[in-house]
Amino acid sequence: MQRLPGSGTFSHGVHPDEHKEATEGLPIERMPFVSRFVLPLSQHIGAPCRPVVRPNQRVRRGQLVAEPGGFVSTALHSPVTGRVVGIGPRRHPNGQLVQAIEIEADPLDPQDMPDQSFGDPLTMPVPELIDLVQRGGMVGLGGAAFPSHVKYKLPEGRSARWLVLNGCECEPFLTCDHRVMVEHPDRVLRGIQIVGRLLGVEEAVIGVELNKPDAIEALRHAIEDAGDLVVPTRVQGVKVKYPQGAEKMLIKALFDVEVPAGKLPLDVGMVVNNVGTMAAVADWFDHGRPLVERVITVSGPGVRRPANLLVPIGTPIRAVLEYCDALGPDVQEIVMGGPMMGQPVASLDAPVLKGTSGLLVFTESRDQAMRACIKCGRCLEACAYNLNPSRLGRLARAGRIEEMERYHLMDCMECGACTWACPSRIPLVQLFRSAKGNLRKIKAAAK
Amino acid sequence: MDVILLAVAIMTGLGLFFAIVLTVSYRYLKVEEDPRVDAVEAKLPATNCGACGQAGCRAFAEKLVAGELSPSQCTVSSPDAIDEIAELLGVSAGEADKRVARVHCAGGLAEARTIAAYDGFDTCGAAAVVSAGGKACSWGCLGLGDCAAACTFDALHMNVNGLPVVDVDKCTACGDCVVACPRNLIDIEPLSADVLVQCSAPLAGDDAREVCAVACDACGRCAQDAPEGLIRMENNLPVVDFEAGPMGPRPTLRCPTGAIVWLRDGRQFPVIDVPALRRNHG
Repeated sequence: MQRLPGSGTFSHGVHPDEHKEATEGLPIERMPFVSRFVLPLSQHIGAPCRPVVRPNQRVRRGQLVAEPGGFVSTALHSPVTGRVVGIGPRRHPNGQLVQAIEIEADPLDPQDMPDQSFGDPLTMPVPELIDLVQRGGMVGLGGAAFPSHVKYKLPEGRSARWLVLNGCECEPFLTCDHRVMVEHPDRVLRGIQIVGRLLGVEEAVIGVELNKPDAIEALRHAIEDAGDLVVPTRVQGVKVKYPQGAEKMLIKALFDVEVPAGKLPLDVGMVVNNVGTMAAVADWFDHGRPLVERVITVSGPGVRRPANLLVPIGTPIRAVLEYCDALGPDVQEIVMGGPMMGQPVASLDAPVLKGTSGLLVFTESRDQAMRACIKCGRCLEACAYNLNPSRLGRLARAGRIEEMERYHLMDCMECGACTWACPSRIPLVQLFRSAKGNLRKIKAAAK
Repeated sequence: MDVILLAVAIMTGLGLFFAIVLTVSYRYLKVEEDPRVDAVEAKLPATNCGACGQAGCRAFAEKLVAGELSPSQCTVSSPDAIDEIAELLGVSAGEADKRVARVHCAGGLAEARTIAAYDGFDTCGAAAVVSAGGKACSWGCLGLGDCAAACTFDALHMNVNGLPVVDVDKCTACGDCVVACPRNLIDIEPLSADVLVQCSAPLAGDDAREVCAVACDACGRCAQDAPEGLIRMENNLPVVDFEAGPMGPRPTLRCPTGAIVWLRDGRQFPVIDVPALRRNHG
């Protein structure tokens, strides 16, 4: 095999403390079923799903409860056998009230999911495969929850040469992808074969940060044991730096190719997927298990029993945190996702979603006092997208939103590196997110 | 000596040349402009606020002189100034309803429930992108005053209850606050419309009352009590046909939560007497 041309890293970026030691050695543990589950109809990017169940209806674990509301949308399945108790507004982790299906678990049911098969995914026609991926409710499990089948449906005349698997997990604290790679490398590899065949790629490359040598080892073993593969697969270590897991940075590190601003990896012949998504795809095609559960990391200084948990989607955050003994009196802030890109949780009644990679509990209240920009330029050094966060921040605070577009506001991926680097604690990403919303509003009004 | 003379001659020649060019251009290339445009512009407030729908005061003045608009469409000028412009142009001032900004939320600190503490950059826009700012209602006022900061006429202030109060005398309906609100709670309505829905949450029944004491719970009584067709229920909220003019207090009398109100004097929130409030709270 030819060596990949990438140097194993990208320019700029930051090095936050990893904090992974609490959970990186802990095997994935199954969280017991609780009594109530909440399934927001919009857990993914795109159109919300349409419910296909009625209140009081009995549902089986893995049964379809809401169908896709469009092409950029995906299916939703019951995580539990039980009864639909209501469809109406429920809390989303971001505090908003959103339409959701609430299901009460049947305490006497053994909660098993019968195996089912759709035929060999390695010989099935591609359109049928794409349709099945959508029916399985598959979304990117890295955090953005973008419906997977949309990525797999290549536009007419386009083709992908490489399938890039993201096993970087560059967010501090999180170890869920790490554990999936260590414990289920065969499932990850199986998913890669299915998706790689679907896309018709020449080769698949798994990029893993070098702080996970056991994951690299496990994947290499799995590839060796598998022998002849339909899609040749290799594992490549990349240097530890944030945001290595951003798809453009990963492509740069592996291939030394820059995806131009405003373009997608497909424009350079690549499709990037998270390793956890691959394992979910394998479960769906080999056992007929839709996306009804996922691995999340529960960690942070406020968690007395940190864990990597296999949690049914829809489990209330309160139940997960109680299970991990994390609701002490000293809790100050709870974050869903990693500390760099995650969102604070506004309600404990909200559920774990398809895109939830972790729940972090912090006990210290950070010093929030913002000071003036001292023009040190650390945010410029931090920004992997070569933006000027300092200038953008000043424009945002002056309300000069339209001018921000000329400074490429829309290329900001909100990775949080600039905010982390800022010694004056200016909430840059927050300002940019708010400005993006305003900019969209101004443009919509101009039309 | 020759050199000096030559320099003087060249400079004089250049001067003459440009003088001729300028004279010729002034005579033959000048653009005729109605002198009234300048006169009208001088009487306009020069705020360039855009409330009239034009790009600025000069653009408005040009349209006025061309007879496409009427002077009263400038909502910022005083009635006297509008009369002066009308007199200058020899047209009638025209009729324009005074329009003002109205806030479709009454869930202040006292009424709306909070579920989380927001501790961060204090603008509504920033709070809205972080877990909805902590209020239980996903549609209500965030109370951090982006609208007041956007107002260039000093017509919008946050009261002690964390709600924006519009000074209807100063409001020019320019719409800056409408754009500033990340929750889209403000719109521009005629001052004469006296029935106002002060809630934007599309919730019904207990779901609504659970988030806010003054939420509309979609009971629909206002729609029943209003003159035929003037209030209709849409998306669990009453929609008032405010172009219909004054309606009187009748539709608001049976509202169980106070989400729809009758504005007796055109003012939306009662002015809270701060010293009185302090007395009540010790």
